[in-house]
Amino acid sequence: MDRQIRRLGVAMLVLFAIVFVQINYIQVFAADRIADDPANAKRQLIAEYEVDRGSILAADGRTVLASSRRSAGDLRFQRQYAQGPRYAHLTGFYSFVFGRTELEQTFNDFLAWAAPEPLPQTLSDLVLGRPKQGASIVTTVDPDVQEAAEVAAAAEDGDVAVVALDPRTGDLLALVAEPTYDPNLLSSQDPEIIRATWEQLNADPDKPLLSRASDELFPPGSTFKLVTASAALSNGFGPESLWPNPNELDLPLTDETLENFGGVTCSGGAQITLAEALRQSCNVVFGEIGLELGPTALAEQARLYGFTAETGEDLVPFDIPWVSGVFPAPETFEQREPAVAISAIGQQDVAANPLQMALVSAAIGNGGVLMQPRLVTEARDPSGRVIATFDPQEFSRPLSPEDAAALTQMMVAVVASGTGTAAQIPGVSVAGKTGTAQHGEGADPHAWFTAFAPAEAPTVAVAVIVLDGGSLGSEATGGAVAAPIARAVIEAALGL
Amino acid sequence: MSRTAASRGRSMLAPQIGFTILALALSIGAYVIAGYGKRGQLPATFALYVTIFTSGYVGALLLIRAFAPRADPALFPTAAVLVGLGFSMIFRLSGGMAAEQATWILVGIGAFAVTLIVVRDARMLDAYTYTIGLLGLVLLLLPTVPGIGQTINGARLWVQIGPLGFQPAEIGKVLIVIFLASYLNQNRELLRVATSKLGPLRLPPVKHLGPVLLAWGASLAILFVQRDLGASLLYFGIFVVMLWVATGRAAYLVIGMLLFAIGAYAGWVLFDHVQLRVDVWLHALDPEKVFDVGYGQLAQSWFGLASGGIVGTGLGQGSPGLIPFAETDFIFAAIGEELGLLGTTAILLLFLVLVGKGLRIAMRAPDGFTTLLAAGLSTLVALQAFVIVAGVTRVIPLTGVTLPFVSYGGSSLVSNFVLLALLVRVSSGPRVVRGAAG
Repeated sequence: MDRQIRRLGVAMLVLFAIVFVQINYIQVFAADRIADDPANAKRQLIAEYEVDRGSILAADGRTVLASSRRSAGDLRFQRQYAQGPRYAHLTGFYSFVFGRTELEQTFNDFLAWAAPEPLPQTLSDLVLGRPKQGASIVTTVDPDVQEAAEVAAAAEDGDVAVVALDPRTGDLLALVAEPTYDPNLLSSQDPEIIRATWEQLNADPDKPLLSRASDELFPPGSTFKLVTASAALSNGFGPESLWPNPNELDLPLTDETLENFGGVTCSGGAQITLAEALRQSCNVVFGEIGLELGPTALAEQARLYGFTAETGEDLVPFDIPWVSGVFPAPETFEQREPAVAISAIGQQDVAANPLQMALVSAAIGNGGVLMQPRLVTEARDPSGRVIATFDPQEFSRPLSPEDAAALTQMMVAVVASGTGTAAQIPGVSVAGKTGTAQHGEGADPHAWFTAFAPAEAPTVAVAVIVLDGGSLGSEATGGAVAAPIARAVIEAALGL
Repeated sequence: MSRTAASRGRSMLAPQIGFTILALALSIGAYVIAGYGKRGQLPATFALYVTIFTSGYVGALLLIRAFAPRADPALFPTAAVLVGLGFSMIFRLSGGMAAEQATWILVGIGAFAVTLIVVRDARMLDAYTYTIGLLGLVLLLLPTVPGIGQTINGARLWVQIGPLGFQPAEIGKVLIVIFLASYLNQNRELLRVATSKLGPLRLPPVKHLGPVLLAWGASLAILFVQRDLGASLLYFGIFVVMLWVATGRAAYLVIGMLLFAIGAYAGWVLFDHVQLRVDVWLHALDPEKVFDVGYGQLAQSWFGLASGGIVGTGLGQGSPGLIPFAETDFIFAAIGEELGLLGTTAILLLFLVLVGKGLRIAMRAPDGFTTLLAAGLSTLVALQAFVIVAGVTRVIPLTGVTLPFVSYGGSSLVSNFVLLALLVRVSSGPRVVRGAAG
């Protein structure tokens, strides 16, 4: 029987060898692929909370927007946002029920130490069971500007959204969107608190989880005249080009007319210049310009500023998800000529948000070069070593330098003696544009203001929207309600 | 003769003590590490479990020295390491189950002691061929008796008498192996006879195929009545292997495999649960099925193994709680998650050591019966370990059996300790009889 028993031993060895091959496949060769299976979400989540997640810092490298601390609960680490709701729309939240949003999501690979750049965990950490530490990311946000914007927005009764950029780099200096929320509650380790907060936030008709500064769209009103004026300049109509100045514009194919704000006639005679029309924000003249240039030229100019043809896209890349402004495709205006005139003054088919309009101002102020908005400048490993840097990127050139200089002068006049005088700052030349956007029968208009300063070498571009007229209601104009907020933000950015 | 035996017993003292200390260190070490991994501190039960392990292992050592002095010194310690690793994983999963398992470990070592003391010579079992066979059969069929049988997890394996629940088939398996060793040894020459040839195969006369068909029928009955795929496969496998070892006729292996194929196909055609097992095996990780009943547990097994990687998460630091039945059928995957490839490889090697030693004991056994007994018991451990380990790693369709010595469960632990005692007894040789002859 010995012969059989020997063979039996070999057979058993073979059987166990087969299992050995299989466990090598599962635990070594295919381990990452199997462990990353979407069905393994729970284990991945638990592993995620084992990591000492990296911090999100302001541009000063000291102000902490988001950080991790040891938790006594089931999960090893707890995310906390020391500034409360202030930066919620930038950092997003980190919830084990509803996942991650904004920077917590887009820079998760760095924060969770999963990006290829960081070195692998050291052997001693592994042996001693020290938690993995994530990389920190440094943002472009200036806490002083953010605070100033938040204070100015809070002083206004209505809901306000503000974006401030550095035109030279696209750096986002501040983003305020009312109403906001406290990410600490959604990042709690108590599922009941998370769910209750989530339900409450989603039941709110004002949608606090969405940033009105970058996620939602509103008619930009007269601030869009900057785009129409850009198209005019690009198509050979200089600041001194003359346009008819009636008190109303007959819209082709209809019985309707386009009127100036308040039904008045712009001053300056039967013909006025492009510059004068912008200073007074004449709807009639910009309607004429829209019809003269046609939808193709307007759409092309809008694309260069980052407007998309469809809602919900983001043509200009940004470090967190956002929704670009919308200017429809030219062919949608066929048989709808009046819509071209109305779109040229930022109504009807056109939509934008403060981030989009701040990009328009920033491009004009930056000599016609549109820089991509940037929110993160670098990532640092736990020892403080910089492991990745993110350089400014040019997106497009919507204007020639000459046309940009001309449009800047036109915008300076708006603040110096036009509709935007409330944005004047002693000793600083501010270039701006107001907007008062109608939206629906009986609703109070949205008040807009976008500007950059100092006009000769801008370091800040800003866009402000005050929803539904704010404290002035139906009497609101961009110059009266939104411009003072923009001024406060510019002052903070210039250190005044 | 007695001088040789005595000197051999003395010389074995050092390895016996060494292996016992090693087994104790590994068992207690794994348990303490699991405690630290889970709570970051020494487990509150430390003194209790250290006492249980120490007294159990040292007790077994003293017992072996007293009643089986020439036994293989590594047999018990090898099984003890498996027990210890399993216990640390069970402790890490649930303190309550660990307390029960610790009790069963003591009961198991008690059964080990009783077996060793009562069975002074393995050959005495040869006298009770049919008594033991009948007893095994009764234990096997006990759960099908109305009133005391319990169906748990779809299989009718449990017997409930008062508060006590146990799986009689576990100890039944050992008895059946004893019966087969005895029966096959007595009928070896008869079964060896070949009357015809088919190619290289020398075929036995048709009338001698009776026992094969009988065993096959019994296996099918287990499958059909008790719906226990694992046990069915195991019994038939052991029977065919032992028949082949006894006779050396490869024809039995071929016929056995053919019958197995027919039985498996019939099971697949007739039973939904067999079809499900096969489908789960093939499609455990399909995205549209991965959360379904059955599929999920195999997927979780893979996820646990994969997230363990080479070194594992560390005892107490993974999430084996996500694997269903992590303390019983899937304990291999749970160990793979926290101890990694190193841990799973160690488990495989420990079983190979145990089985290799068992087969060597078989070759050195004094007669045909003890040879067949040791070979059969080794095959039982090896096949059962293979069936469950290959099942949870998706080498073969999963059939629910325990991982010997490692899984949580009293019946399994106790019967495996009895099995171990028999191997120890055979390895110790025919002390009494030869002494008398000298």
